[in-house]
Amino acid sequence: MAKLILLCLKFIILSSAVEAVFEDQVGKFDWRQEYVGKVRFSHFDTHVQSSKKVLLATENNVFAALNTRTGELFWRHVDKTGPEGNIDALLQHGQDVVLVVGNGRLLRSWEINVGGLNWEIVLDSGSFQSACLVGQQDNVKHVAVLKKTVISFHYLSNGHQKWIENLPESETVDYQSVYSDGNGEVYALGIVPHSHIAIVAYSVEDGEIIKQMSVEAAWLSNIQASCVVISQGMLTCVDPLTVSLYMLDLHTESQMTQIPLQSLGLEVAPGFHPVLVSTQPNPGRQPLSEFFLQLGPDYYQLLQLNNGQIVTLRDFKPAMLVSFATTGEKTVAAVMSPKNKTASSLNLFSAETGRRLLDTTLIFNMDPYGGKPEKLHVQAFLKKDDSVGYRVMVQTEDHTLTFIQQPGRVMWTREEALSDVVTMEMVDLPLTGTQAELEGEFGKKADGLMSMVLKRLSSQLILLQAWIAHLWKLFYDARKPRSQVKNEVTIENLSRDEFNLQKMMVMVTSSLKRSCTVHPLSFFPVKLFGIDSKTGSILWRHYLDNIPSNAAFKLMVQRTTAHFPHPPQCTLLIKDKDTGLATLHVFNPIFGKKSHVSPPALPQPILQSLMLPLMDQDYAKVLLLVDDQYKVSAFPSTKNVLQQLQEMASSIFFYLVDSTQGRLSGYRLRTDLSTELIWEVVIPAEVQKIVSVKGKRPNEHVHSQGRVMGDRSVLYKYLNPNLLAVVTESTDLHQERSFVGILLIDGVTGRIIHEAVQRKARGPVHVVHSENWVVYEYWSTKSRRNEFSVIELYEGMELYNSTVFSSLDRPHAPQVLQQSYIFPSYISTLEATLTEKGITSRHLLIGLPSGGILSLPKMFLDPRRPEIVSEQSREENLIPYAPELLIRTEWFINYNQTVSRVRGIYTAPSGLESTCLVVAYGLDIYQTRVYPSKQFDVLKDDYDYMLISSVLFALFFATMISKRLAEVKLLNRAWR
Amino acid sequence: VKMARLLQFKIAVVSTVLFVVCTNLVCCNNGRRVGDAMDTEFSGFSVPLEHSFEVDDVAKFKVRGALVLKAGREHSVSLTQNQLSEEDRAKLKEVAAVDGLYRIRVPRVFLQADRQTERQMDGYLTAFVRACAMVESHLSDVIALYSDVSGYLIGVSIVTLPGACRGTEVEDEVDLEVFNTTLSIMAPVNAPGPETALFLERMEQETEKKGKNPQEQKSFFAKYWYLILGGAIFLMATNSAQPPAGGEGEQS
Repeated sequence: MAKLILLCLKFIILSSAVEAVFEDQVGKFDWRQEYVGKVRFSHFDTHVQSSKKVLLATENNVFAALNTRTGELFWRHVDKTGPEGNIDALLQHGQDVVLVVGNGRLLRSWEINVGGLNWEIVLDSGSFQSACLVGQQDNVKHVAVLKKTVISFHYLSNGHQKWIENLPESETVDYQSVYSDGNGEVYALGIVPHSHIAIVAYSVEDGEIIKQMSVEAAWLSNIQASCVVISQGMLTCVDPLTVSLYMLDLHTESQMTQIPLQSLGLEVAPGFHPVLVSTQPNPGRQPLSEFFLQLGPDYYQLLQLNNGQIVTLRDFKPAMLVSFATTGEKTVAAVMSPKNKTASSLNLFSAETGRRLLDTTLIFNMDPYGGKPEKLHVQAFLKKDDSVGYRVMVQTEDHTLTFIQQPGRVMWTREEALSDVVTMEMVDLPLTGTQAELEGEFGKKADGLMSMVLKRLSSQLILLQAWIAHLWKLFYDARKPRSQVKNEVTIENLSRDEFNLQKMMVMVTSSLKRSCTVHPLSFFPVKLFGIDSKTGSILWRHYLDNIPSNAAFKLMVQRTTAHFPHPPQCTLLIKDKDTGLATLHVFNPIFGKKSHVSPPALPQPILQSLMLPLMDQDYAKVLLLVDDQYKVSAFPSTKNVLQQLQEMASSIFFYLVDSTQGRLSGYRLRTDLSTELIWEVVIPAEVQKIVSVKGKRPNEHVHSQGRVMGDRSVLYKYLNPNLLAVVTESTDLHQERSFVGILLIDGVTGRIIHEAVQRKARGPVHVVHSENWVVYEYWSTKSRRNEFSVIELYEGMELYNSTVFSSLDRPHAPQVLQQSYIFPSYISTLEATLTEKGITSRHLLIGLPSGGILSLPKMFLDPRRPEIVSEQSREENLIPYAPELLIRTEWFINYNQTVSRVRGIYTAPSGLESTCLVVAYGLDIYQTRVYPSKQFDVLKDDYDYMLISSVLFALFFATMISKRLAEVKLLNRAWR
Repeated sequence: VKMARLLQFKIAVVSTVLFVVCTNLVCCNNGRRVGDAMDTEFSGFSVPLEHSFEVDDVAKFKVRGALVLKAGREHSVSLTQNQLSEEDRAKLKEVAAVDGLYRIRVPRVFLQADRQTERQMDGYLTAFVRACAMVESHLSDVIALYSDVSGYLIGVSIVTLPGACRGTEVEDEVDLEVFNTTLSIMAPVNAPGPETALFLERMEQETEKKGKNPQEQKSFFAKYWYLILGGAIFLMATNSAQPPAGGEGEQS
């Protein structure tokens, strides 16, 4: 019978393919969050009074429109990554937005209501400098684009080029800015650093040069950084050295007039480069004559140009941020100033007079675990009584957008840092308070009979209390209409569900990858998030500053939630790639709070870190850190741990990879926590370079030791937990000579188990290493296609030592089987499913560039797939070999929920053997569950409880009645 | 120096499915003096194989023998090695008793180079085995050298047969005198690409088979004429039977 059940189960597992999602299951077990990234340009849609759109262009090359009421996306356009899709400028006019994309390569116009493309034109080559809208008498019809050597003029309606002109003396003059104020002229402003400013005025009509002048300005080096145009074409610059303003009328040929700031009674904070902020509400008109001058990190001054004289209107000190906003004919200035440690206040001031507007105070509460405000995006509007009201979108250093309404109500928050997830882990949720109480009873040390009894009684009382409270809540909720009962997840009511399907996702975000485009001194935001996997709501966030600009991250779970009353503990290792110096951030993954456990100071560069299965007396796993002197330090490093390490030292091995020299080396721990070199493999770096080294996941279980063959014999798997898959790529990239190398190395002994070369192949190589197989994907240069290859290792028909696996005692090399397949698409990332006990069959999760996530059954990647079908292979359920792996649409686990730019997939087992939790992250985050062998351990949603229970009851009563009848009959017979 | 000239040739043909390409004629030569081995044979060249076993586990490598490597389409290797001296035997047993390591190393070399100077590269490739395993297996070890595509030696491995340490005492000193080494050099195997040609051939064969089979050739009507005919008769029968039945009902 047991065999039959097993056979049945096996049949189910083997014959299953992924089931697609039913229509009514959409969004039931999965969720997706769409992000845009760090905002570079933003524009509130003002052409309709009641519009609720804000347009954003971001550093991630995304152009999107958000709903200002909810913070949700109206639409989003994701462009190419890298400089090709970089958004250089955003100009809005009415219903249209003009974007300059890819360093001036493309000019695009978008319709903002539905996000449709109006037109797109390709611009002449040349690096982009500046762009502006050009209008005449309030009528904006053109856009001017300034490049290094040319200026071109385009119609807004269709993008056609009106005229294009070469800039005079463009070899020596660095043209940086373009300006127009609606008088029929366009000015190109250029500079010869530390010499003079060159100004060229073009006629809007035909591009004819109207005038050309050059003005001495030996002190000026960059127009965009230190100059603005105000009022009637007054070019105003600030010079930090002489501490003065310089002004020049663009319309009349003249000298720059110098106005020392001292004469205005102003002083610049020492070491600060003053900044000018001006505004031009309408491109067809002149800019305002009022402007801000920032004199210190928290000191702004509102100035006005009045009849050629600079007048100070008001000073703002302390003020963190200022911004102009215009509605109708009114322009206001919003100023953010600190109120206390956790809050700051915003106020509106009239731009013309500098007077504070009444009832415009807005309180912005700063997140103590967030970053400082960085930018203000103000949406001003006219109220019914013609006074100015406003809402504000605050952008903070950690890429958070917060939209606030008066008097300080947060309408929505967007954590745009989540578009740059680097690494993540899933942590089990803690038990409920009552469960924990019971657990705690067993966890504590026994102290006397009496106290134990008391403890038991008290915990029973608490249980009773909780039960009554629960009943009361049920009763109370039942009276309320259903819509009012909300099951909001908060940090307080977080608890593990029956099957451990709900977990805490700990995500580490950092936008380090684009570091090449960013100023080297600017620091990089690293933010940690705790997200509930069931709903996707962010439960905690923690912002880390002082992170080196070129860091690598490793997140490790040192203590899970299973050890109540000890809190769970995660450790984030942050390593500076340049210096190798590392820091540890230890925190509680459920609440996000920094742990009171102080991490050790690490003065030496760190080469390698490894988690041992050893635990200290507080159930925290031991983290070993190897420094560049090959000395090992442990964290936590209590006496208990050190003692255990000394005992275990001779069986603790680790490996180091130096990919620049191609050196792989193995070390053994000594009792004094120093190490000794025990093996060395050197792959010459001039021929091939190591691109990735993959071990197996430590939490992986393999249920069956072997595979039953067609003739009922068993082929045993080679299950070496220390096996490393090393992938190399040839340095020679010629398509005939390039190759991809695969080495399987035992991490303890350094023995090369298998060495294979895929000829005429090239990276990027994606690898998954699990159980007894390695799957890798590469680009075949010969056939110009993507190919998958699978390697499986078997010990043979008998096991060498079936009880334990020791790398030191496995003299026979395993059998190696390999097969390759054609895959019809590029792939972005590759991962394998993982389940609790490893009974469920495995699937490969493939992130495609199209945004789909494909769940490919591993049985299609099986080197034992026969080319000629035989009776035995049919008995074994092997699929006949076909060279192409097909993409079946029902294999997409994310149906129409496209995950843009997927970078990584994370899998975690759940409490149900059939279910694996999957998180795909990239620009978007998508969470779902997969059932590689269908839900064999779960009853279906439409399972007929009524039928089965009524049948049971009927049978029960039938037996009762027939028993009674039989008794009566027997009695009657006895009387006869 | 003892001049026992024991020549022992052993040919091991390893016949695992995938290692066919890289198996080599294996040959080891025990008891010859190292000095003799230094003179190279035709196009072959020799490099020292060194070993180290110390009680305090600080590596002190000494020459164990000489490897003669021959480059070619299939590299080959042979080994001449010394016997273990009495002192070394005692030390090896001592090291085994404290569960020390027995290490070997070979210098990094480039097999394809023509001149000696180009062959040698700085650095060594090292591997180890537990000293007790060495003792208990009576010095029968399997040494494998691995080369990469272009002929650089990239790794070395050593295992003993049997591999386990069971704590059995080796009484006879003679058992620890002579190495019984199985030696091989392995080059990477070529990983297979997708087998399109064979698959297409098979497909063609199948279609041909289908073409030959007259049963499959028949048209739809030829195959199912009886079903269609039966269906048609059935339909006709029901149609003709219906109207009289209705008529009767109306009359009564």
